[in-house]
Amino acid sequence: MTDFLLYAFLAGIGVASVAGPLGCFVVWRRMAYFGDTLAHSALLGVSLGVMLDVNLNITVAAIPLIMAMGLVFLEQRGFLSLDTLLGILSHSALALGLIVISLLPDVRVDLISLLFGDLLAVTQSDLWVIYGVACAVMLLLGLLWQQLINITVDPELAAVEGTNVTLVSTALMLITALVIALAMKVVGVLLITALLIIPAATARRLSHTPEQMAVVASVIAMIAVVMGLAMSWYIDTPAGPSVVISAGVLFSLSLGYRRLAS
Amino acid sequence: MLLTLNGIHKSFAEKPVLEDVSLSLKQGEITTLIGPNGAGKSTLAKIILGLIKPDSGTRLSNADLNIGYMPQKISIDPTLPISTCRFLQLANTSHQACHEALESVGIRHLTKTPIQRLSGGELQRALLARAILRNPNLLVLDEPVQGVDVNGQNALYKMINSLAKTLNCGVLMVSHDLHLVMSATDQVICLNRHICCEGHPEKVTQDPAFINIFGQTTAIYSHHHDHDHNLHGEVLDDHNHQHGESCNHD
Repeated sequence: MTDFLLYAFLAGIGVASVAGPLGCFVVWRRMAYFGDTLAHSALLGVSLGVMLDVNLNITVAAIPLIMAMGLVFLEQRGFLSLDTLLGILSHSALALGLIVISLLPDVRVDLISLLFGDLLAVTQSDLWVIYGVACAVMLLLGLLWQQLINITVDPELAAVEGTNVTLVSTALMLITALVIALAMKVVGVLLITALLIIPAATARRLSHTPEQMAVVASVIAMIAVVMGLAMSWYIDTPAGPSVVISAGVLFSLSLGYRRLAS
Repeated sequence: MLLTLNGIHKSFAEKPVLEDVSLSLKQGEITTLIGPNGAGKSTLAKIILGLIKPDSGTRLSNADLNIGYMPQKISIDPTLPISTCRFLQLANTSHQACHEALESVGIRHLTKTPIQRLSGGELQRALLARAILRNPNLLVLDEPVQGVDVNGQNALYKMINSLAKTLNCGVLMVSHDLHLVMSATDQVICLNRHICCEGHPEKVTQDPAFINIFGQTTAIYSHHHDHDHNLHGEVLDDHNHQHGESCNHD
């Protein structure tokens, strides 16, 4: 097996491991559109990073995070509904990101790989970043797990019982921004939400507890990565979309599984 | 004294919701907060719970205040796989305590049932079980019998009553229903942005037909509402309204 394939495999597995549990929260909290908005703003993060010549990993995580904070601020003002706000910010960020890239005099950015991912171009140093961030995300999720479930079930009940809801939901946003920055390498900004929600939705039909669902979602995301890479290797399809379509196939199969079981 | 509110004012978007509300909640006493829709009952409950801050006025609470809260409704996304027992354990307690709480509200058999599959009445009981889990000294119940049929309402009121006695805690119950106030209530507060009137519920005219349907514990609460409200909830002036001691408006 060639190195680039091994790197792609390891990168995909690393991202899948955190995409599972985070994807569950995206599904439970109905944040799919929110995830999309952060993902689109990650493209703006890339273009700003290139323009200002700073480490792309930092801007790709920072811009979605700033976007998330801005969203919370605007939502509390309450003059527009959340989905309208998300629609405005999501597409403005995508458009602005594309414009900034086009304005850069010496374009070193491959737009297609940003939009749809470039799993096969992952380098060894990318792997360090992916596994470092994935460990940090796992640690945060592990420490805050009970409280995250609690605010997902009912934030007011959690607050009365002593959970710091603002702190925990801010942490969840930070985690989301980090995972989006990672997932961008695998599936690109346009398909990130798919990698988060399809494995989680597939896992729902196979689990009875939140923890089970998180673990099963991770495993399904990993299987999708392996299937996608195999597809890419044997029939030469683009890797990112192949991973997503594999997840889609697994989801369809889970529908059949439920029917068999019942 | 568990908790005291003094001269609470709260507005949302320049619109006053609560004006000069003062009240106190005592250990072992049941207080019922009634009033029409939009009277500010839930806002007042949330100020008592510490979930929102008043614009002015003070909230003084006992140092060992431990609130058990039963929200009006709860909506948990069906994609979250969570059993009734696990839902209770989110309140940070042991498996054993959860089983006991479910037992005391009579739904021990639903321990493993997904919370989203409970009926209206069962869900209210599960919420009540979670509220009493951590041995609170104040129970705040927001419309506790909502979505429960009439016989179930009566049973639920009885249960709240006996649980409050066992725990020897204070209870604040919010209700929009003027007719289904428990006779066990020690203090009734009628709220319509301001406190219209408050006091002990009277031993009321007990309509035999009413008792026949609703049972003995339910009584019509008739209090002395000596003024009228217009459609906007403003007090109409042509009356001989007597203000309480704590009242400082005209």
